[in-house]
Amino acid sequence: MSKPFLSVENLTQTYPDGQGGTLTVFEDAGFGVEKGEFVVILGHSGCGKSTIMNILAGLSEPTSGVVKMDGYAISGPSLDRGVVFQNYSLLPWLTTLKNVVFAVEARFPKWSKAKATEHAVKYLSMVGLNEDVLHRKPSQLSGGMRQRVSIARAFANHPKLLLLDEPFGALDALTRGTIQDELLKIWAGTQQTVFMITHDIDEAILLADRILLMTNGPFARVAEAVEITIPRPRTRTDIVEHPNYYAIRNHLVHFLGTRSRDLAGRQPGGTPAPTPIRIDKTDRPADGDGPALRAVNT
Amino acid sequence: MGRLSLNQRAAILSFLLLAVGLVTWELSIPAQKLATDLTEYELLMGLGEQRAGVPPPSQVFEKAWEELSNPFYDAGPNDKGIGIQIGYSIYRVLTGYALAAAIAIPLGFLIGMSPVAYKALNPFIQVLRPISPLAWMPLALFIIQDSEASAIFVIFICSIWPMLINTAFGVAGVRQDWVNVARTHELGALRTAFTVILPAAAPTIVTGMRISIGIAWLVIVAAEMLVGGTGIGYYVWNEWNNLDLTSVIFSILMIGVVGMALDAAFGVLQRAVAYAE
Repeated sequence: MSKPFLSVENLTQTYPDGQGGTLTVFEDAGFGVEKGEFVVILGHSGCGKSTIMNILAGLSEPTSGVVKMDGYAISGPSLDRGVVFQNYSLLPWLTTLKNVVFAVEARFPKWSKAKATEHAVKYLSMVGLNEDVLHRKPSQLSGGMRQRVSIARAFANHPKLLLLDEPFGALDALTRGTIQDELLKIWAGTQQTVFMITHDIDEAILLADRILLMTNGPFARVAEAVEITIPRPRTRTDIVEHPNYYAIRNHLVHFLGTRSRDLAGRQPGGTPAPTPIRIDKTDRPADGDGPALRAVNT
Repeated sequence: MGRLSLNQRAAILSFLLLAVGLVTWELSIPAQKLATDLTEYELLMGLGEQRAGVPPPSQVFEKAWEELSNPFYDAGPNDKGIGIQIGYSIYRVLTGYALAAAIAIPLGFLIGMSPVAYKALNPFIQVLRPISPLAWMPLALFIIQDSEASAIFVIFICSIWPMLINTAFGVAGVRQDWVNVARTHELGALRTAFTVILPAAAPTIVTGMRISIGIAWLVIVAAEMLVGGTGIGYYVWNEWNNLDLTSVIFSILMIGVVGMALDAAFGVLQRAVAYAE
Protein backbone atom coordinates (compact mmCIF):
# COMPACT_ATOMS: atom_id res chain seq x y z
CA MET A 1 0.00 0.00 0.00
CA SER A 2 1.41 3.36 -0.99
CA LYS A 3 1.92 6.02 1.62
CA PRO A 4 -0.93 8.49 1.94
CA PHE A 5 -0.36 12.18 1.11
CA LEU A 6 -0.21 13.08 4.78
CA SER A 7 0.96 10.44 7.16
CA VAL A 8 1.15 10.79 10.90
CA GLU A 9 3.43 8.18 12.38
CA ASN A 10 3.96 7.15 16.01
CA LEU A 11 3.06 10.56 17.32
CA THR A 12 3.50 10.86 21.10
CA GLN A 13 2.93 13.92 23.21
CA THR A 14 3.72 14.08 26.90
CA TYR A 15 3.65 17.03 29.27
CA PRO A 16 5.12 17.30 32.74
CA ASP A 17 2.21 16.78 35.16
CA GLY A 18 3.54 19.25 37.70
CA GLN A 19 4.38 16.55 40.25
CA GLY A 20 7.60 15.35 38.72
CA GLY A 21 5.94 12.79 36.48
CA THR A 22 4.65 13.05 32.95
CA LEU A 23 1.20 13.12 31.49
CA THR A 24 0.81 11.32 28.17
CA VAL A 25 -1.82 12.99 26.04
CA PHE A 26 -1.51 10.47 23.24
CA GLU A 27 0.97 7.76 22.42
CA ASP A 28 1.97 6.27 19.06
CA ALA A 29 -0.95 7.91 17.29
CA GLY A 30 -0.98 7.28 13.57
CA PHE A 31 -3.28 7.91 10.64
CA GLY A 32 -3.16 9.05 7.04
CA VAL A 33 -4.96 11.59 4.90
CA GLU A 34 -5.23 11.18 1.13
CA LYS A 35 -4.78 14.03 -1.32
CA GLY A 36 -8.01 15.94 -1.86
CA GLU A 37 -9.62 14.28 1.12
CA PHE A 38 -11.67 16.12 3.75
CA VAL A 39 -10.90 14.53 7.11
CA VAL A 40 -12.54 15.56 10.35
CA ILE A 41 -11.31 14.56 13.77
CA LEU A 42 -13.89 14.18 16.55
CA GLY A 43 -13.23 13.64 20.21
CA HIS A 44 -13.84 14.96 23.67
CA SER A 45 -11.95 17.90 25.13
CA GLY A 46 -8.56 16.90 26.44
CA CYS A 47 -7.99 14.08 23.96
CA GLY A 48 -5.27 16.08 22.25
CA LYS A 49 -7.06 17.16 19.06
CA SER A 50 -5.70 20.68 19.30
CA THR A 51 -2.25 19.34 20.08
CA ILE A 52 -2.35 17.24 16.90
CA MET A 53 -3.52 20.32 15.00
CA ASN A 54 -0.66 22.42 16.34
CA ILE A 55 1.84 19.72 15.44
CA LEU A 56 0.44 19.49 11.91
CA ALA A 57 0.60 23.29 11.63
CA GLY A 58 4.20 23.16 12.83
CA LEU A 59 3.46 25.48 15.75
CA SER A 60 4.54 22.89 18.29
CA GLU A 61 6.81 19.88 18.28
CA PRO A 62 5.65 16.39 19.30
CA THR A 63 7.57 14.60 22.04
CA SER A 64 8.29 11.91 19.48
CA GLY A 65 7.05 10.71 16.14
CA VAL A 66 6.93 12.26 12.70
CA VAL A 67 4.43 13.83 10.36
CA LYS A 68 5.20 13.34 6.68
CA MET A 69 3.60 15.31 3.91
CA ASP A 70 4.29 14.30 0.30
CA GLY A 71 6.92 11.94 1.70
CA TYR A 72 8.89 14.59 3.60
CA ALA A 73 8.88 15.05 7.35
CA ILE A 74 7.50 18.45 8.28
CA SER A 75 9.38 20.75 10.60
CA GLY A 76 8.10 24.14 11.69
CA PRO A 77 5.25 26.13 10.18
CA SER A 78 4.99 26.43 6.44
CA LEU A 79 2.86 28.17 3.83
CA ASP A 80 2.11 24.68 2.48
CA ARG A 81 -0.03 24.14 5.55
CA GLY A 82 -2.65 26.86 5.90
CA VAL A 83 -4.45 27.28 9.21
CA VAL A 84 -7.88 28.66 10.04
CA PHE A 85 -7.89 29.32 13.77
CA GLN A 86 -10.96 29.12 15.96
CA ASN A 87 -10.54 32.75 17.06
CA TYR A 88 -10.05 33.93 13.44
CA SER A 89 -6.62 35.45 14.23
CA LEU A 90 -7.10 38.36 11.89
CA LEU A 91 -4.73 41.28 12.37
CA PRO A 92 -7.03 43.94 13.87
CA TRP A 93 -5.11 46.94 12.56
CA LEU A 94 -5.54 45.84 8.93
CA THR A 95 -8.72 46.00 6.88
CA THR A 96 -10.43 42.84 5.66
CA LEU A 97 -8.81 43.16 2.26
CA LYS A 98 -5.35 43.93 3.66
CA ASN A 99 -5.54 40.91 5.94
CA VAL A 100 -5.90 38.68 2.89
CA VAL A 101 -3.39 40.66 0.80
CA PHE A 102 -0.92 40.27 3.68
CA ALA A 103 -1.18 36.49 3.34
CA VAL A 104 -1.11 36.50 -0.47
CA GLU A 105 2.04 38.63 -0.46
CA ALA A 106 3.68 36.19 1.94
CA ARG A 107 2.78 33.29 -0.33
CA PHE A 108 3.56 34.92 -3.66
CA PRO A 109 6.25 37.49 -2.90
CA LYS A 110 6.96 38.14 -6.57
CA TRP A 111 3.43 39.24 -7.41
CA SER A 112 2.71 42.91 -7.95
CA LYS A 113 0.55 44.72 -5.41
CA ALA A 114 -2.28 44.92 -7.96
CA LYS A 115 -2.18 41.21 -8.72
CA ALA A 116 -2.12 40.28 -5.02
CA THR A 117 -5.08 42.59 -4.37
CA GLU A 118 -7.04 41.16 -7.28
CA HIS A 119 -6.37 37.63 -6.03
CA ALA A 120 -7.48 38.58 -2.51
CA VAL A 121 -10.67 40.23 -3.79
CA LYS A 122 -11.48 37.10 -5.78
CA TYR A 123 -11.23 34.82 -2.76
CA LEU A 124 -13.11 37.24 -0.52
CA SER A 125 -15.96 37.33 -3.03
CA MET A 126 -15.99 33.50 -2.99
CA VAL A 127 -17.02 33.69 0.67
CA GLY A 128 -19.53 36.44 -0.06
CA LEU A 129 -17.54 39.47 1.06
CA ASN A 130 -17.62 42.44 -1.29
CA GLU A 131 -17.25 46.17 -1.64
CA ASP A 132 -17.42 48.22 1.55
CA VAL A 133 -16.85 45.16 3.78
CA LEU A 134 -13.38 44.87 2.27
CA HIS A 135 -12.37 48.19 3.76
CA ARG A 136 -13.70 47.55 7.25
CA LYS A 137 -11.52 46.51 10.15
CA PRO A 138 -12.16 43.11 11.75
CA SER A 139 -13.63 44.81 14.84
CA GLN A 140 -16.40 46.17 12.62
CA LEU A 141 -17.35 42.70 11.37
CA SER A 142 -19.58 40.04 12.91
CA GLY A 143 -18.03 36.78 14.07
CA GLY A 144 -19.30 34.99 11.00
CA MET A 145 -17.82 37.57 8.65
CA ARG A 146 -14.48 37.43 10.45
CA GLN A 147 -14.35 33.68 10.04
CA ARG A 148 -15.19 34.10 6.34
CA VAL A 149 -12.19 36.42 6.01
CA SER A 150 -10.04 33.86 7.76
CA ILE A 151 -11.25 31.11 5.42
CA ALA A 152 -10.64 33.31 2.36
CA ARG A 153 -7.16 34.07 3.65
CA ALA A 154 -6.37 30.36 3.97
CA PHE A 155 -7.84 29.31 0.60
CA ALA A 156 -6.22 32.22 -1.26
CA ASN A 157 -2.82 30.80 -0.40
CA HIS A 158 -3.46 27.42 -2.09
CA PRO A 159 -1.88 25.43 0.74
CA LYS A 160 -1.22 21.76 0.10
CA LEU A 161 -3.02 21.03 3.35
CA LEU A 162 -5.65 23.18 4.99
CA LEU A 163 -6.00 22.89 8.75
CA LEU A 164 -9.27 24.03 10.32
CA ASP A 165 -9.17 24.28 14.10
CA GLU A 166 -12.81 24.27 15.23
CA PRO A 167 -13.48 27.08 12.76
CA PHE A 168 -17.16 27.39 13.62
CA GLY A 169 -16.88 26.80 17.36
CA ALA A 170 -17.51 30.42 18.31
CA LEU A 171 -20.42 31.00 15.91
CA ASP A 172 -24.15 30.70 16.49
CA ALA A 173 -25.94 27.77 14.86
CA LEU A 174 -27.52 29.72 12.00
CA THR A 175 -24.33 31.50 10.97
CA ARG A 176 -22.48 28.23 11.29
CA GLY A 177 -24.84 26.60 8.79
CA THR A 178 -24.34 29.33 6.19
CA ILE A 179 -20.58 29.28 6.48
CA GLN A 180 -20.49 25.48 6.33
CA ASP A 181 -22.30 25.72 3.01
CA GLU A 182 -19.82 28.30 1.80
CA LEU A 183 -16.91 26.18 2.94
CA LEU A 184 -18.33 23.19 1.03
CA LYS A 185 -18.79 25.30 -2.08
CA ILE A 186 -15.29 26.76 -2.05
CA TRP A 187 -13.80 23.35 -1.18
CA ALA A 188 -15.65 21.63 -4.03
CA GLY A 189 -14.14 24.16 -6.43
CA THR A 190 -10.55 23.60 -5.26
CA GLN A 191 -10.38 19.96 -4.14
CA GLN A 192 -8.17 21.13 -1.31
CA THR A 193 -6.94 18.56 1.21
CA VAL A 194 -8.53 19.52 4.52
CA PHE A 195 -7.96 18.39 8.08
CA MET A 196 -10.49 19.76 10.52
CA ILE A 197 -11.26 19.59 14.23
CA THR A 198 -14.81 19.85 15.44
CA HIS A 199 -17.11 18.97 18.33
CA ASP A 200 -20.19 19.00 16.16
CA ILE A 201 -21.30 15.60 14.84
CA ASP A 202 -23.68 16.97 12.19
CA GLU A 203 -21.04 19.34 10.93
CA ALA A 204 -18.60 16.45 10.67
CA ILE A 205 -21.02 14.31 8.65
CA LEU A 206 -21.88 17.19 6.34
CA LEU A 207 -18.29 18.07 5.55
CA ALA A 208 -16.13 14.99 5.86
CA ASP A 209 -15.05 12.17 3.61
CA ARG A 210 -13.76 10.40 6.66
CA ILE A 211 -14.15 11.03 10.38
CA LEU A 212 -11.38 10.05 12.79
CA LEU A 213 -12.71 9.21 16.24
CA MET A 214 -10.48 9.71 19.23
CA THR A 215 -10.77 7.99 22.59
CA ASN A 216 -10.61 10.01 25.78
CA GLY A 217 -7.23 11.03 27.17
CA PRO A 218 -4.80 10.40 28.69
CA PHE A 219 -3.27 7.86 26.29
CA ALA A 220 -5.82 8.94 23.70
CA ARG A 221 -5.64 7.37 20.27
CA VAL A 222 -7.45 7.47 16.97
CA ALA A 223 -9.59 4.38 17.42
CA GLU A 224 -11.78 4.43 14.32
CA ALA A 225 -11.90 6.02 10.91
CA VAL A 226 -15.50 6.24 9.78
CA GLU A 227 -16.13 6.67 6.09
CA ILE A 228 -19.03 8.95 5.25
CA THR A 229 -20.94 7.05 2.61
CA ILE A 230 -23.17 9.91 1.55
CA PRO A 231 -22.59 11.12 -1.99
CA ARG A 232 -21.59 14.69 -2.73
CA PRO A 233 -22.65 17.38 -3.34
CA ARG A 234 -24.29 17.41 0.06
CA THR A 235 -26.57 20.00 1.56
CA ARG A 236 -27.66 20.24 5.15
CA THR A 237 -31.28 19.61 4.30
CA ASP A 238 -30.74 16.69 1.91
CA ILE A 239 -28.27 14.59 3.85
CA VAL A 240 -30.71 13.97 6.70
CA GLU A 241 -32.95 12.15 4.19
CA HIS A 242 -30.16 9.80 3.18
CA PRO A 243 -30.52 6.26 4.62
CA ASN A 244 -26.92 6.25 5.82
CA TYR A 245 -27.21 9.51 7.71
CA TYR A 246 -28.75 8.29 10.95
CA ALA A 247 -26.83 5.02 10.89
CA ILE A 248 -23.56 6.98 10.77
CA ARG A 249 -24.80 9.57 13.21
CA ASN A 250 -25.86 6.92 15.71
CA HIS A 251 -22.52 5.23 15.41
CA LEU A 252 -20.74 8.52 16.13
CA VAL A 253 -23.05 9.37 19.03
CA HIS A 254 -22.48 5.97 20.58
CA PHE A 255 -18.77 6.27 20.16
CA LEU A 256 -18.58 9.69 21.78
CA GLY A 257 -21.15 8.77 24.41
CA THR A 258 -19.79 5.48 25.70
CA ARG A 259 -17.13 3.80 23.61
CA SER A 260 -14.69 6.69 23.70
CA ARG A 261 -14.60 6.10 27.46
CA ASP A 262 -14.60 2.29 27.30
CA LEU A 263 -11.76 2.22 24.79
CA ALA A 264 -9.76 4.82 26.70
CA GLY A 265 -6.48 4.06 28.35
CA ARG A 266 -3.25 2.50 27.30
CA GLN A 267 -3.47 -0.47 24.96
CA PRO A 268 -1.39 -3.51 25.82
CA GLY A 269 1.04 -4.32 23.03
CA GLY A 270 1.22 -0.90 21.49
CA THR A 271 -1.35 1.37 19.89
CA PRO A 272 -3.22 -0.25 17.02
CA ALA A 273 -3.93 1.62 13.81
CA PRO A 274 -7.42 3.11 13.57
CA THR A 275 -10.09 0.61 12.54
CA PRO A 276 -11.71 1.63 9.27
CA ILE A 277 -15.51 1.62 9.53
CA ARG A 278 -17.85 1.68 6.57
CA ILE A 279 -21.55 2.03 7.16
CA ASP A 280 -23.62 1.76 4.03
CA LYS A 281 -27.28 0.86 4.10
CA THR A 282 -27.88 1.52 0.43
CA ASP A 283 -26.01 -1.49 -1.02
CA ARG A 284 -27.20 -3.93 1.67
CA PRO A 285 -30.91 -3.21 2.02
CA ALA A 286 -31.92 -6.71 3.26
CA ASP A 287 -29.53 -7.07 6.17
CA GLY A 288 -32.32 -7.65 8.66
CA ASP A 289 -30.99 -8.61 12.08
CA GLY A 290 -27.34 -8.38 11.13
CA PRO A 291 -25.00 -5.90 12.72
CA ALA A 292 -25.68 -2.35 11.69
CA LEU A 293 -22.06 -1.76 11.00
CA ARG A 294 -19.28 -3.70 9.49
CA ALA A 295 -15.64 -3.33 10.27
CA VAL A 296 -13.32 -3.73 7.34
CA ASN A 297 -9.69 -4.40 8.07
CA THR A 298 -7.30 -3.41 5.38
CA MET B 1 -30.52 73.51 28.27
CA GLY B 2 -31.72 70.10 27.18
CA ARG B 3 -31.16 70.98 23.54
CA LEU B 4 -27.47 71.72 23.97
CA SER B 5 -25.03 68.90 23.35
CA LEU B 6 -22.81 67.57 26.11
CA ASN B 7 -19.81 69.38 24.62
CA GLN B 8 -21.65 72.69 24.47
CA ARG B 9 -22.77 72.41 28.08
CA ALA B 10 -19.25 71.50 29.16
CA ALA B 11 -17.84 74.48 27.23
CA ILE B 12 -20.29 76.87 28.90
CA LEU B 13 -19.38 75.51 32.33
CA SER B 14 -15.64 75.82 31.56
CA PHE B 15 -16.11 79.40 30.46
CA LEU B 16 -18.11 80.23 33.61
CA LEU B 17 -15.48 78.71 35.87
CA LEU B 18 -12.77 80.71 34.08
CA ALA B 19 -14.74 83.94 34.34
CA VAL B 20 -15.55 83.44 38.04
CA GLY B 21 -11.93 82.55 38.76
CA LEU B 22 -10.51 85.58 36.95
CA VAL B 23 -13.01 88.00 38.47
CA THR B 24 -12.33 86.66 41.97
CA TRP B 25 -8.58 86.96 41.41
CA GLU B 26 -8.91 90.48 40.01
CA LEU B 27 -11.15 91.67 42.86
CA SER B 28 -9.13 90.08 45.64
CA ILE B 29 -6.06 92.14 44.79
CA PRO B 30 -6.13 95.66 46.26
CA ALA B 31 -5.38 98.35 43.77
CA GLN B 32 -1.87 99.66 44.19
CA LYS B 33 -0.94 103.19 43.50
CA LEU B 34 1.66 103.63 40.83
CA ALA B 35 4.84 105.37 41.94
CA THR B 36 3.90 108.31 39.75
CA ASP B 37 0.56 108.66 41.53
CA LEU B 38 2.14 109.02 44.96
CA THR B 39 2.37 112.41 46.43
CA GLU B 40 5.80 113.83 47.03
CA TYR B 41 5.24 113.38 50.77
CA GLU B 42 4.36 109.74 50.38
CA LEU B 43 7.45 109.21 48.25
CA LEU B 44 9.65 110.88 50.82
CA MET B 45 8.17 108.91 53.69
CA GLY B 46 8.10 105.60 51.82
CA LEU B 47 4.35 105.34 52.30
CA GLY B 48 3.61 103.11 49.35
CA GLU B 49 2.31 99.56 49.91
CA GLN B 50 4.25 97.71 52.56
CA ARG B 51 4.76 94.67 50.38
CA ALA B 52 4.57 93.81 46.72
CA GLY B 53 1.34 92.08 45.77
CA VAL B 54 0.50 89.35 43.34
CA PRO B 55 -0.41 91.03 40.06
CA PRO B 56 -4.06 90.87 38.97
CA PRO B 57 -5.02 88.96 35.79
CA SER B 58 -5.51 92.16 33.83
CA GLN B 59 -1.80 92.93 34.24
CA VAL B 60 -0.89 89.37 33.24
CA PHE B 61 -2.97 89.68 30.08
CA GLU B 62 -1.35 92.99 29.31
CA LYS B 63 2.08 91.35 29.72
CA ALA B 64 1.03 88.38 27.61
CA TRP B 65 -0.15 90.64 24.83
CA GLU B 66 3.09 92.56 24.93
CA GLU B 67 5.26 89.42 24.91
CA LEU B 68 3.24 87.49 22.36
CA SER B 69 3.03 90.35 19.91
CA ASN B 70 6.82 90.31 19.66
CA PRO B 71 7.95 86.82 20.71
CA PHE B 72 11.30 86.59 18.93
CA TYR B 73 13.17 89.74 19.91
CA ASP B 74 16.69 89.36 21.22
CA ALA B 75 18.05 92.21 23.28
CA GLY B 76 21.02 90.55 24.94
CA PRO B 77 21.53 87.53 27.19
CA ASN B 78 18.98 88.54 29.83
CA ASP B 79 16.29 89.91 27.55
CA LYS B 80 15.02 87.54 24.90
CA GLY B 81 11.49 87.08 23.60
CA ILE B 82 9.30 84.31 25.02
CA GLY B 83 9.30 82.55 21.62
CA ILE B 84 13.11 82.27 21.68
CA GLN B 85 13.11 80.95 25.24
CA ILE B 86 10.43 78.34 24.50
CA GLY B 87 12.25 77.46 21.29
CA TYR B 88 15.42 76.65 23.24
CA SER B 89 13.46 74.51 25.67
CA ILE B 90 11.67 72.59 22.94
CA TYR B 91 14.93 72.06 21.09
CA ARG B 92 16.53 70.55 24.24
CA VAL B 93 13.49 68.41 25.00
CA LEU B 94 13.21 67.07 21.47
CA THR B 95 16.95 66.35 21.17
CA GLY B 96 17.14 64.46 24.46
CA TYR B 97 13.83 62.78 23.73
CA ALA B 98 14.83 61.66 20.23
CA LEU B 99 18.09 60.18 21.57
CA ALA B 100 16.11 58.36 24.26
CA ALA B 101 13.59 57.02 21.74
CA ALA B 102 16.38 55.85 19.43
CA ILE B 103 17.76 53.71 22.24
CA ALA B 104 14.64 52.82 24.25
CA ILE B 105 12.47 51.51 21.42
CA PRO B 106 14.96 49.05 19.86
CA LEU B 107 16.19 47.99 23.30
CA GLY B 108 12.61 47.62 24.51
CA PHE B 109 11.91 45.43 21.49
CA LEU B 110 14.84 43.21 22.42
CA ILE B 111 13.79 43.00 26.06
CA GLY B 112 10.21 42.26 25.05
CA MET B 113 11.21 39.50 22.63
CA SER B 114 13.74 37.81 24.87
CA PRO B 115 12.84 36.62 28.36
CA VAL B 116 16.57 36.28 29.12
CA ALA B 117 17.27 39.90 28.21
CA TYR B 118 14.22 40.92 30.23
CA LYS B 119 15.41 39.15 33.36
CA ALA B 120 19.00 40.28 32.89
CA LEU B 121 18.22 43.97 32.39
CA ASN B 122 15.29 44.28 34.77
CA PRO B 123 17.36 44.89 37.95
CA PHE B 124 19.26 47.74 36.28
CA ILE B 125 16.06 49.33 35.02
CA GLN B 126 14.41 49.03 38.43
CA VAL B 127 17.34 50.75 40.16
CA LEU B 128 17.91 53.49 37.57
CA ARG B 129 14.27 54.34 36.90
CA PRO B 130 13.31 55.90 40.25
CA ILE B 131 16.33 58.23 40.29
CA SER B 132 15.24 61.84 39.98
CA PRO B 133 16.64 63.04 36.67
CA LEU B 134 18.07 66.15 38.33
CA ALA B 135 20.21 63.94 40.57
CA TRP B 136 22.22 63.13 37.44
CA MET B 137 22.94 66.80 36.83
CA PRO B 138 26.19 67.18 38.85
CA LEU B 139 27.63 64.01 37.37
CA ALA B 140 26.55 65.07 33.88
CA LEU B 141 28.11 68.52 34.33
CA PHE B 142 31.36 66.99 35.54
CA ILE B 143 31.64 64.36 32.81
CA ILE B 144 30.20 66.27 29.85
CA GLN B 145 31.69 69.65 30.88
CA ASP B 146 28.96 71.47 29.01
CA SER B 147 25.78 72.82 30.56
CA GLU B 148 23.77 72.69 27.34
CA ALA B 149 24.61 69.03 26.71
CA SER B 150 24.04 68.24 30.38
CA ALA B 151 20.48 69.56 30.16
CA ILE B 152 19.91 67.40 27.11
CA PHE B 153 21.36 64.42 28.95
CA VAL B 154 18.96 64.97 31.84
CA ILE B 155 16.04 64.97 29.38
CA PHE B 156 17.44 61.82 27.79
CA ILE B 157 17.72 59.98 31.08
CA CYS B 158 14.25 60.95 32.29
CA SER B 159 12.41 60.12 29.08
CA ILE B 160 14.10 56.79 28.38
CA TRP B 161 12.38 54.73 31.11
CA PRO B 162 8.68 54.99 30.25
CA MET B 163 9.47 54.32 26.58
CA LEU B 164 11.73 51.38 27.40
CA ILE B 165 9.32 49.77 29.82
CA ASN B 166 6.24 50.30 27.68
CA THR B 167 7.94 49.02 24.54
CA ALA B 168 9.13 45.89 26.33
CA PHE B 169 5.70 45.40 27.88
CA GLY B 170 3.87 45.96 24.59
CA VAL B 171 6.15 43.66 22.62
CA ALA B 172 6.04 40.90 25.23
CA GLY B 173 2.25 41.13 25.34
CA VAL B 174 1.58 40.69 21.62
CA ARG B 175 -1.09 38.01 21.30
CA GLN B 176 0.33 34.60 20.47
CA ASP B 177 -2.38 34.22 17.81
CA TRP B 178 -0.89 37.04 15.77
CA VAL B 179 2.61 35.66 16.18
CA ASN B 180 1.23 32.32 14.98
CA VAL B 181 -0.23 34.03 11.92
CA ALA B 182 3.25 35.36 11.16
CA ARG B 183 4.76 31.92 11.72
CA THR B 184 2.27 30.05 9.53
CA HIS B 185 2.91 32.61 6.80
CA GLU B 186 6.66 31.98 7.04
CA LEU B 187 7.50 35.61 7.74
CA GLY B 188 11.14 36.24 8.59
CA ALA B 189 12.17 37.77 11.90
CA LEU B 190 12.42 41.30 10.50
CA ARG B 191 9.14 41.17 8.63
CA THR B 192 7.42 39.74 11.69
CA ALA B 193 8.85 42.56 13.77
CA PHE B 194 7.71 45.29 11.39
CA THR B 195 4.42 43.94 10.04
CA VAL B 196 3.04 42.13 13.09
CA ILE B 197 4.78 42.96 16.37
CA LEU B 198 5.28 46.69 15.80
CA PRO B 199 1.68 47.48 14.81
CA ALA B 200 0.38 45.19 17.56
CA ALA B 201 2.53 46.85 20.23
CA ALA B 202 2.27 50.39 18.79
CA PRO B 203 -0.52 51.62 21.08
CA THR B 204 1.46 50.60 24.18
CA ILE B 205 4.69 52.04 22.76
CA VAL B 206 3.04 55.37 21.92
CA THR B 207 1.51 55.53 25.39
CA GLY B 208 5.05 55.23 26.76
CA MET B 209 6.22 57.96 24.38
CA ARG B 210 3.40 60.21 25.53
CA ILE B 211 4.28 59.69 29.20
CA SER B 212 7.93 60.38 28.37
CA ILE B 213 7.32 63.66 26.57
CA GLY B 214 5.21 64.82 29.52
CA ILE B 215 7.98 64.00 31.99
CA ALA B 216 10.62 65.58 29.73
CA TRP B 217 8.65 68.83 29.65
CA LEU B 218 8.32 68.80 33.45
CA VAL B 219 12.03 68.20 33.87
CA ILE B 220 13.33 70.75 31.36
CA VAL B 221 12.00 73.66 33.44
CA ALA B 222 13.89 72.48 36.52
CA ALA B 223 17.00 71.62 34.49
CA GLU B 224 17.10 75.07 32.89
CA MET B 225 16.70 76.75 36.27
CA LEU B 226 19.92 74.96 37.22
CA VAL B 227 21.99 75.37 34.08
CA GLY B 228 20.76 78.87 33.21
CA GLY B 229 21.46 80.84 30.09
CA THR B 230 18.40 80.22 27.94
CA GLY B 231 15.11 78.41 27.98
CA ILE B 232 11.74 78.82 29.60
CA GLY B 233 12.95 77.44 32.95
CA TYR B 234 15.75 80.01 33.03
CA TYR B 235 13.24 82.69 32.03
CA VAL B 236 10.99 81.89 35.02
CA TRP B 237 13.91 81.97 37.41
CA ASN B 238 15.33 85.14 35.87
CA GLU B 239 12.00 86.94 36.19
CA TRP B 240 11.80 85.82 39.81
CA ASN B 241 15.21 87.38 40.38
CA ASN B 242 13.88 90.50 38.69
CA LEU B 243 10.85 90.34 41.01
CA ASP B 244 8.68 90.56 37.91
CA LEU B 245 5.80 88.37 39.10
CA THR B 246 3.67 89.26 36.11
CA SER B 247 6.24 87.68 33.82
CA VAL B 248 6.52 84.68 36.17
CA ILE B 249 2.79 84.03 36.00
CA PHE B 250 2.77 84.57 32.25
CA SER B 251 5.61 82.11 31.72
CA ILE B 252 3.96 79.54 34.00
CA LEU B 253 0.91 79.71 31.75
CA MET B 254 3.09 79.35 28.66
CA ILE B 255 4.73 76.22 30.12
CA GLY B 256 1.28 74.76 30.55
CA VAL B 257 0.19 75.65 27.02
CA VAL B 258 3.30 74.18 25.39
CA GLY B 259 3.04 71.02 27.52
CA MET B 260 -0.57 70.65 26.47
CA ALA B 261 0.39 71.05 22.79
CA LEU B 262 3.12 68.39 23.05
CA ASP B 263 0.70 66.01 24.75
CA ALA B 264 -1.99 66.69 22.13
CA ALA B 265 0.46 65.88 19.33
CA PHE B 266 1.10 62.48 20.89
CA GLY B 267 -2.63 62.09 21.41
CA VAL B 268 -3.07 62.39 17.64
CA LEU B 269 -0.32 59.81 17.09
CA GLN B 270 -1.95 57.53 19.64
CA ARG B 271 -5.28 57.64 17.85
CA ALA B 272 -3.52 56.93 14.55
CA VAL B 273 -1.99 53.67 15.79
CA ALA B 274 -4.94 52.53 17.92
CA TYR B 275 -6.94 49.48 16.89
CA ALA B 276 -9.96 47.72 18.30
CA GLU B 277 -9.80 43.97 18.79
